[in-house]
Amino acid sequence: MTDNTPTVSGSEVSAASRSALARFLDSDLLHSFLSSKITVLAAITTLGLMLAALFAPLVAPFNPFDLAQISILDARIPPIGMEWSDPRYLLGTDDQGRDLLSGILYGMRISLAVGFLSVAFAAVLGISLGLISGYVGGRTDAIIMRIAEVQLTFPAILLALLIDGIASGIFGNIDRETWAIWILTFSIGLSFWVQYARTVRGSTLVEKNKEYVQAARVIGIPAWIIMIRHVLPNVLGPVLVIATINLALAIITEATLSFLGVGVPSTQPSLGTLIRIGNDFLFSGEWWIAIFPGLALAILVLAVNLLGDWLRDALNPKLR
Amino acid sequence: MRLKIASAALAMVLAAGTQANAETLKFAFQGTYNQLDPYSLNETFSLSMHGNVYETLVRRSADLKIEPALATSWEVIEPTRWRFHLRKGVKFHNGNDFNADDVIFSADRVRAEGSDLTQVLSAEVKVEKVDDYTVDFILPGVNPILHSEWENWPIMDKEWTEANDAVKVTSASDTNPNYASLHANGTGPFKIASHEPGVKTTYTVNDSWWDEKQHNLTGAEFTPIGSDATRVAALLSGELDMAYPIPVQDIKRVDNNAGTSALTGPELRTIFLGFDQRRDELTYSNIKGKNPFKDVRVRKAFYQAIDVDAIKAKIMRGLSEPSALLISPFLFANSGDFSRYPYDPEAAKALLAEAGYADGFEVSMDCPNDRYVNDEAICQATAAFLARVGIKINLNAQPKAKYFAKVLASGGFDTSFYMLGWTPGSFDSYNILKNLNNCRDDKGTASPFNLGGYCNPKVDELTKLVLSENDEEKRNALISEAYTIINNDVSHIPLHQQGLAWGVSDKVTVTQRADNKFLLKYVNFK
Amino acid sequence: MFGFISRRIAMALVVMFVVALISFLLFRFVGDPVNQMVGVETTPEQREALRQRLGLNDPVLTQFFRYIWGAVQFDFGNSYQFKQPVADLIGRRLPATLELSFASAIFALLLGIPMGVYTGLNRDSWLSKVFLSVSLVGISLPTFFIGILFIFLFSVTLQWLPSFGRGEVVQIAPFWDTGFLTASGLKAIILPAITLGLYQMTLIMRLIRAEMLEVMRTDHIKFARARGLPNRSVYYVHALKNTMVPVITITGLQLGSIIAFAIITETVFQWPGMGILFLQAVQNVDIPIMAAYLLLTAFIFVVINLIVDLLYVVIDPRLRTERGRA
Repeated sequence: MTDNTPTVSGSEVSAASRSALARFLDSDLLHSFLSSKITVLAAITTLGLMLAALFAPLVAPFNPFDLAQISILDARIPPIGMEWSDPRYLLGTDDQGRDLLSGILYGMRISLAVGFLSVAFAAVLGISLGLISGYVGGRTDAIIMRIAEVQLTFPAILLALLIDGIASGIFGNIDRETWAIWILTFSIGLSFWVQYARTVRGSTLVEKNKEYVQAARVIGIPAWIIMIRHVLPNVLGPVLVIATINLALAIITEATLSFLGVGVPSTQPSLGTLIRIGNDFLFSGEWWIAIFPGLALAILVLAVNLLGDWLRDALNPKLR
Repeated sequence: MRLKIASAALAMVLAAGTQANAETLKFAFQGTYNQLDPYSLNETFSLSMHGNVYETLVRRSADLKIEPALATSWEVIEPTRWRFHLRKGVKFHNGNDFNADDVIFSADRVRAEGSDLTQVLSAEVKVEKVDDYTVDFILPGVNPILHSEWENWPIMDKEWTEANDAVKVTSASDTNPNYASLHANGTGPFKIASHEPGVKTTYTVNDSWWDEKQHNLTGAEFTPIGSDATRVAALLSGELDMAYPIPVQDIKRVDNNAGTSALTGPELRTIFLGFDQRRDELTYSNIKGKNPFKDVRVRKAFYQAIDVDAIKAKIMRGLSEPSALLISPFLFANSGDFSRYPYDPEAAKALLAEAGYADGFEVSMDCPNDRYVNDEAICQATAAFLARVGIKINLNAQPKAKYFAKVLASGGFDTSFYMLGWTPGSFDSYNILKNLNNCRDDKGTASPFNLGGYCNPKVDELTKLVLSENDEEKRNALISEAYTIINNDVSHIPLHQQGLAWGVSDKVTVTQRADNKFLLKYVNFK
Repeated sequence: MFGFISRRIAMALVVMFVVALISFLLFRFVGDPVNQMVGVETTPEQREALRQRLGLNDPVLTQFFRYIWGAVQFDFGNSYQFKQPVADLIGRRLPATLELSFASAIFALLLGIPMGVYTGLNRDSWLSKVFLSVSLVGISLPTFFIGILFIFLFSVTLQWLPSFGRGEVVQIAPFWDTGFLTASGLKAIILPAITLGLYQMTLIMRLIRAEMLEVMRTDHIKFARARGLPNRSVYYVHALKNTMVPVITITGLQLGSIIAFAIITETVFQWPGMGILFLQAVQNVDIPIMAAYLLLTAFIFVVINLIVDLLYVVIDPRLRTERGRA
C-alpha cells in the first residue's frame, strides 16, 4: 500500500482524528473563555516550577535523597500553621521524616526529567521515522506506518508496564535506583512517537513533490538534505504543540507508574511515588503527605496543558 | 465437667437463640488465597484458611496450647514411639469416614516431593497403623516436640484424593494444578462453597461437624484486597465485617469510627536483618576481594547504628516490641536474660573504623514491600540510620514474590543484606536455631532460612542437644547458651516483634491468636 | 466498498500477527519457562526432559505456530503464580473489565455529548465556563488521585457508595457474571465507572464543542438557518450529525486506552478484572499472563478499530466514493 493510492486506512483515520482533535483544541478556547492573562500565568507557573526543580539543590531547604539528612524522629510533622508543626518544615514531613517541600522540588525534578527526556526521545524517533516514511515511501513507508498502527494498540501505561515487566524478566533483579528513570523514559517515550511521525510524514509528502525538491535532485544535491531543511521548519509548530501536550501526559504517566509501584523507588521519590506513599496516610489524618505532592503535580500539569492549548490556538492561522 | 457441659449447652441455646441474626461473615485480607491443596504452601494466611476446612490430629487453642482434635489422646509408649488414638465417628465433607488410613496417607503425602510442609514430620519418622483408630509414630531419636507443628498438617481423605487423582502435591512451582488445589474435602467446621483464586472464596457451614460449634455463622465470604486504603475504607463503610491487617497508621481511625474497632496484640513473628557471612566477596557492595560482614565488628556496628525505639515510635506507632532475640519472649521462658545492644552511632562509627571501614562502604539491601508491617518503611529508615555512620545502602524493595525468589534457597541466597520475618511454626526455639542459625551449604539443606550463611559449629552442637533434651529446664539452659553465642556473634540484627492489628465490625466478635491466624470457628455475630 | 472492507480486515490480521509474534517472543524468551517451573534442586537431566516435553527444543518457527494455534483455541499456557490456565483466569475476569469499560463509556458519552453541545452553543454562559474549567482540571489530575479522592469523599466520609469490588454478581451465562442485575452491583460500579470515564468525558466534551463551533460557521448551517428551520432542528439534526464522525473515531480509539486505564481504576477500587490480574503479573513476572493480556487487548483494539472504520463509512457517505481524506 503506497501513499499514492490513498484509502481510508487506519493511519489516515487516525490522522483525521488527530486533525479533528487538533481542530477542537484549535478553537478560540483561550481567547473566548480564559483570558490570555491565564496563559501568562500558566507560563509563569510552568517556568517557575521548572526553575525551582532545576535549581532544587539551591532552593530546597534539604536534600531529600541524602539519607544522612533525614531523621525518622521528624516523621509526619504537619505543615506550618497546624498544631505540632516545625518551622523547619514548611509543608511538613513524610513518613520517613523527609521535608515535603524539598521532596516535592526534587520529585518534580525527576518528573520533569522523565517528561522532557521521554518527549525528546519520542520526538527524535518520530521525526526521523516520519521523514524516512514520507520521503522513501513505498514499502518502507507501509512498514513504518503499520508499526505505528501496532504501536497505537498499546497506550503508554500498558506499554510502560509491559516494558518494566520484560526488563525485570530479562535482567533479573535490576538496580532500580539507577535504572528506573531510563526504563520510564524509554517506555513512555516509545508510546508517543507515532504522532510526530504522522505529522512529519504528512508534511514530507506535501514537500516531496514540490519543484524545488525535484530541482535539487536534478542538480545532484541529495534531496533529503533539502527535505530536512524545508520540512522541519514547516512541522516545527505542530511538533511543538504535540510535545507540550505530551509533556503533560508524560508527567502524569510517570506519576501513575510510580503510583502503581513500577516507577522510581521510594528512596528517590518522584511526585507519583510521594503520592503513593501519602495515600497510605490519607485516612489517618496525615493528609499533607499525599495532598501537597498531588497539588504540585496537578498545578504543573495544568499549567503545561494550558500552555499547550494556547500554543495550538496561536499556531493555527485558521482561527485568526 | 458437668458445669462445662452445662455452660456449653447454654452457649448452644444462646447460639440457637441468635440464629436469626446469624449472617454471612464478609472478611478481607491483603493477600490472595491461591491453592486449596493444604500442602502446597507454608504460609500463615493460607494455613489459617485451610484450617477452616481441614483439621489436624492436634490443634492449638485460642491461647496456642496444644489440644486434641482428630486425635483424642496420645502417649509416648517408648522414648521413640508415640501412639495416637483417633477420634471415632468423624466424617469428611463428602461423607467418607476418617480413620488411620487417612493419617498414614497424609503422612506420606505431606513428606512427598512438592510438599512445602515437609518440616512438620521428619522423613525418618515411620508411621504405623495399629488398628483403624490407632496410629504409632516411630522416631529415629528422642523428640519432645514431635507434634508441635502439627496444627499445620491437615489430614486429607485418602479415598477422595486418590479417586480424584490428586495424590501428587501441587508444588509451589507446578503449573498444572490438580483436583485438590481447586477443591477441598476436610473434616472441619466449614466447607468451601466456591473458590476463585485472587477474587473470592466462599464458605458454608459443615452441619455435621463432630465438635461443638462456637460460632453462629451461616457462611463466610473472603475477598483479597491488596490496597491498604481500600481495605480500610471497606471496613469503615461497613462493607466488611472483618479486615486484616490494618495499617498501624489507621488503627486510630478504625477505633474512632462508629461501628468498627481495631483489635491489636503482639504477634509472634520477629522481624530481623541478616548479613551474607558466607561468600568471600559480597555480591552487591563496593568492597571487592573481601566480605566486611565476616567481621563481627562490622555486624555489631550495623546493629548499634539502628535506633529500634525510633522505628517503634515513628513507623510502628508504638505497635511493636523491640527484641533482643530472634524469638518472641512469649515463646522462650529465659528471654528476660537477654537485652539488645544499645543504640549508639558513635560506637558504631568507632567499630567500623576499627574494622578498617572508617569511610564506610556501600551495600545493597533486599527488602519485601508487601509482606511485613511497614517493611519498606523500616528498610528506608534503616538506610537512613546507616547513612549517618557512613554506610550507603542501595535499597531494593520488591513485592514478596520477587523478593523471596531472589533471597531464598531457590534463588541461590542472592543477597548481601536483607530483612526477613520469622515465626517458629513449632512455637519453640529449636525451630529458630535449626532454620536460621545452623551452618548450611550452598543449597541451604541443613538450615534453609539461614540466608546469610552464619555458621558457628558450637551452635550446631547445641541445637542437636536441644532436640533430644526432654527436661524443660536443662533444655532452656541449652537454648540460652546457644542464644548467647548467637548474640555475641551478632548473627542477625533482631529488630522487633511486630504487632497484630485486625479491624473488626462491632457486629461481630472474633478471637485473635498471637500467630495471626484468623479462624472462622471463633466468629460470632452479636 | 467491498475492497475497502477487505483491505481493513487484511490489515487487522497483519497487526494481530505482529502482536502475536511479540507476545510469543515474550512468552518464549523472557524468563526461561523451565526455570520458572522447577526448583533449584532439579537436575540438568530433569530440566532437559521437561524442555523436551514442553517442546522447547523444536525449531522456533514450529513453536511459534504452535503458540498461535494454541492462542486461537484460547490456550495461553498456565500462569506461573496461580497454576491455572491463563485463559480461565482471564475469562473469569473479562466480564468485570468489560462491564466497567462499558459503563464508563456510557457515562462519558451521556454526559460528554450534551455538555459539548451546550458549551458549543452557549460559548459565553457561566455554565460553559464551569464545564470547561472542570474539564481542564479533570485532564490534569491523574486518574489514581481522582479515584482516591472519590473513595475518601463518597465511601469513607459520606458512606454513600462502596469503595471496592463488584457487589453481588449474577451468573447469566457459563462465562459471564454480571453486576448489572443487583442493586449492590449497580452501586459498586458507579465510582469506578466515573473515575475511569472522566477523562474520556472531558475529551468528548471538548471535541464536540470544537466541532460544533466549526460546524456552526459552515455554510450549510447558515443556509439552514436562513431557510427558517427552527434552531433545535438545526442544532441537533444538522450540526450534531456533522460532529459525529470525529466523535466516533475518538471514542473508538479511546476504548483502547479505557482498557489500559482500567488497570489503574481496578487497582484503586479493587475491581476484580483483568487489569489487576495484569498488574500482579507484571509485579511477579508472570509472563504467560502478560503475553495473553497483550494479545487480548490488541485483539479488542483491532476489532474496535475495524468497527469504527466501518461505522465511518456508514455515517459519512462521502467516504464511500471518495475513498479517503487526507
